[in-house]
Amino acid sequence: MTVEAAGGPPNASQITRKGFSAQRARELPIYAFLFCCAALSIVTTFGIVIVLFEETYSFFKEVSIVEFLTGTEWTPLFTEKHFGVLPLLNATMFMAVGAMFIALPFGLASAIYLSEYAPQTVRSIVKPILEILAGIPTVVYGYFALQFISPEIVQFIFGSDTSIFNAMAASIAMGIMILPLVSSLSEDAMRAVPRSLREGAYGLGANRFEVATRVVFPAALSGIVAASILAISRAVGETMIVALVAGQIPNFSWNPLEAMAAMTAYIVQVSLGETPRGTIEYSTIFAIGSMLFVTTLVLNILAQWLLARFREEYE
Amino acid sequence: MSTQTLAYDTAGRNAYRRVWARLFHTVFLCATLFGIVALAVLLITVGLDGLGRVSWDFINGYPSRFAERAGIKSALFGTFWLMGMTAMIAVPIGVGAAIYLEEFAARNWLTKIIETNINNLAGVPSIIYGLLGLAIFVRVMGLDRSVLAGALTMALLILPIIIVAAREGLRSVPPSIREAALAVGATPWQTVRFQVLPPAMPMILTGVILALSRAIGETAPLIIIGALAFVAFVPDGPLSSFTVLPIQIYNWTSRPQPEFAQTAAAGIVVLLAVLLSMNAVAVILRNYFERKRKW
Amino acid sequence: MVDQEVEVREAEAPYMRPILPVTHSETSLPGLKMGAVTAADPADEGSVLELKDLNVFYGNFQALKDINMSIGRHRITAIIGPSGCGKSTLIRCLNRMNDLIPSFRAQGEVLFEQQNLYSRDIDPVEVRQRIGMVFQKPNPFPKSIYDNVAFGVRINGIKGKMDEIVEKSLRAAALWDEVKDKLSQSALALSGGQQQRLCIARAIAVEPEIILMDEPCSALDPIATLRIEELMRELVSTYTIVIVTHNMQQAARVSDFTAVMMMSEERAGEMVEFGDTREIFTNPKDRRTEDYITGRFG
Ligand SMILES: Nc1ncnc2c1ncn2[C@@H]1O[C@H](COP(=O)(O)OP(=O)(O)O)[C@@H](O)[C@H]1O
Ligand SMILES: [Mg+2]
Repeated sequence: MTVEAAGGPPNASQITRKGFSAQRARELPIYAFLFCCAALSIVTTFGIVIVLFEETYSFFKEVSIVEFLTGTEWTPLFTEKHFGVLPLLNATMFMAVGAMFIALPFGLASAIYLSEYAPQTVRSIVKPILEILAGIPTVVYGYFALQFISPEIVQFIFGSDTSIFNAMAASIAMGIMILPLVSSLSEDAMRAVPRSLREGAYGLGANRFEVATRVVFPAALSGIVAASILAISRAVGETMIVALVAGQIPNFSWNPLEAMAAMTAYIVQVSLGETPRGTIEYSTIFAIGSMLFVTTLVLNILAQWLLARFREEYE
Repeated sequence: MSTQTLAYDTAGRNAYRRVWARLFHTVFLCATLFGIVALAVLLITVGLDGLGRVSWDFINGYPSRFAERAGIKSALFGTFWLMGMTAMIAVPIGVGAAIYLEEFAARNWLTKIIETNINNLAGVPSIIYGLLGLAIFVRVMGLDRSVLAGALTMALLILPIIIVAAREGLRSVPPSIREAALAVGATPWQTVRFQVLPPAMPMILTGVILALSRAIGETAPLIIIGALAFVAFVPDGPLSSFTVLPIQIYNWTSRPQPEFAQTAAAGIVVLLAVLLSMNAVAVILRNYFERKRKW
Repeated sequence: MVDQEVEVREAEAPYMRPILPVTHSETSLPGLKMGAVTAADPADEGSVLELKDLNVFYGNFQALKDINMSIGRHRITAIIGPSGCGKSTLIRCLNRMNDLIPSFRAQGEVLFEQQNLYSRDIDPVEVRQRIGMVFQKPNPFPKSIYDNVAFGVRINGIKGKMDEIVEKSLRAAALWDEVKDKLSQSALALSGGQQQRLCIARAIAVEPEIILMDEPCSALDPIATLRIEELMRELVSTYTIVIVTHNMQQAARVSDFTAVMMMSEERAGEMVEFGDTREIFTNPKDRRTEDYITGRFG
């Protein structure tokens, strides 16, 4: 009885053709908008590429690409201009590698400890603390490097006549900054190693240290390498630390106690001044930016490729 | 005889292995402590340098050539303005992109390109976004060094993070809910709008807060687009020029006088306090809704 | 005009005639009250859904092979068969629920009121408005009981007083008395059986012509199951019901017609027998059906 009241089937009417469904028609703009949101990422990429390419192109109309890639003097802001990018590129790479000297050993050891040794409670406390390190703004690391690492560590060890601006302080600060990146991604990789592998090794009488270093670590290697590459890429693109503590003098050197301007530091230096569009100085920062973009892109793609391979293996 | 030798060797070798194992247990533990100690030293350094300098006058004062009179009012307001506008731009677009990719996108090459592209954008150094903002928003669009130009730049910067977080939120809603809505004749959009988005919202919001807390400390892109360091006023609109906390901090840190270092440290204390409260809100939000969730 | 069309289709598929509604009392099984069924006019309401040579693929895997059947109006049609034989795939073809699966592909026709549901210009949303579905696991929205029922009504723009529609639907789903005092409480607080009846109420509220049920009782205890079976017998005077079940007793208890599905050698689902439920259970024509219902396999 109540069933009838709820309404029997409407008379067999034709189903509306798609084009006539008013509700669907009204929703069309919504789907279009959502698609545009997603497609914006492609527009952004094109934007970056076009902006970088345009200025880089006009830069290379005035400066030979050979001089740019092989010159060892970078003095575009002086009257006698030289456009050899090697000092900047060298400084960037040198300091990024230096950062890995901190981040790799400490990051990997933390990853092993957290994934293989630490009890659940310790893990649940330590992990978030390490993640705080990753969340601290880089300008704060810059302050820390300039006010603590450089005077209290570098100058303390190597004598107070060492420059307060030096590559080593920048590397240490960047190393601390990217440590959580290395440790958490490596830990994820190690935890993804199947339990059966560990149990097999324990079954053969291996102890925890041997299982961790000879079974889990090698099995997770591609994931760990990917994590390290991502960390390097982060260090290469890092700006505030190197701008504050590594100085702004282009210096083609491998002495960690000297000041050396990184690519990002140079971009900052130019941006702080007034640089009218159309000048060569304005173009240089885009040429440097292109170099930075390509470097980090290659590193990121490499890391993603490795990660994909790692996932294929274990997931 | 030979059995004895074997037993002896094994025992010796086992003892050796045990020593190594124990040693490295300690080494790994100490290495883990390194990160924690570094964090502690950083916080203590900043605290010692800056806490004494934090006062109402500091928070309510404008920048000054004299370190002891410099305040962060304009930077604090600039930061809030910038974050508010960044959120207004990035959240709808990021959530929209996430909805498209998670709910509607066909599994084809175009979708794959978009997804790979978003992954790659997440790895582009922030300073590059600064160059993009400088060329497009500041110069081509003529927005100059306004809050709007800064917010557009920051929005592009944090979009990948928001998209990833929002997709995770949407994915946490079980497919059976979508089936239920579709089965009563809801359109795909109605399904998402009324049944998927609401339960996913807390998780999305958490992700948004975390993404904003990344943006709030970003300095480089804003320096590139030329956000002024010396702004002695509070922004009065989207086209007003502005400064933000990290830029003030950078500016003070890079000065040689030690009094400015203290001012910088005080600025850091405030910045970290803002960050901490944002993260606390995110964590509380996540825990609260995770407990409430039934499926 | 309409008659003519029916004639044509008959000519094409003469073998279908015998399985369409015969006299009604014969389908009733001992132990079941069949009042609701006899209340509806049995004689010649014909079929609402007709499947013609339906083949379904997930990517390269063929899940259904050459399915032909017709669903009688105001009848309960049961689909039984061993697990994995494609029952869910089949029933989800009837309201285009499979559209959600990217690798899904269908060939052949599913005719609803003479229209092929899979023809290019059909809007699947409207299909689902008119052919509702109840799922294996109760899946209420994480909202209030009231909102669960009201949702479909709201989005479909059905006119009428919402409170009345909600009450009617809940009554029709035999749930009203249990929930009338707590309509604003969360649906997730209900028991499994109540949740499933809520899902039925939710389906009823949008006034569909057909209700599809994919193993609606498999997550429920025997008492809740019985409750839903009774409900189905009540609803069938107003709606056409198709139910998937792996429980043969359930098929025997509630259905008027039964389709038996099996997997072929290549694991594609085939329909081995389709007909009057009592006939299938007392006098199966196909050897595999006999083996299956006597429990010799499956
Ligand atoms: N989304 C899917 N993608 C690929 N294969 C599927 C999918 N869903 C079901 N199948 C396959 O189709 C066959 C039939 O499944 P299903 O219709 O769920 O069977 P039943 O409901 O009778 O247990 C099974 O072999 C199953 O593995
Ligand atoms: Mg099934």
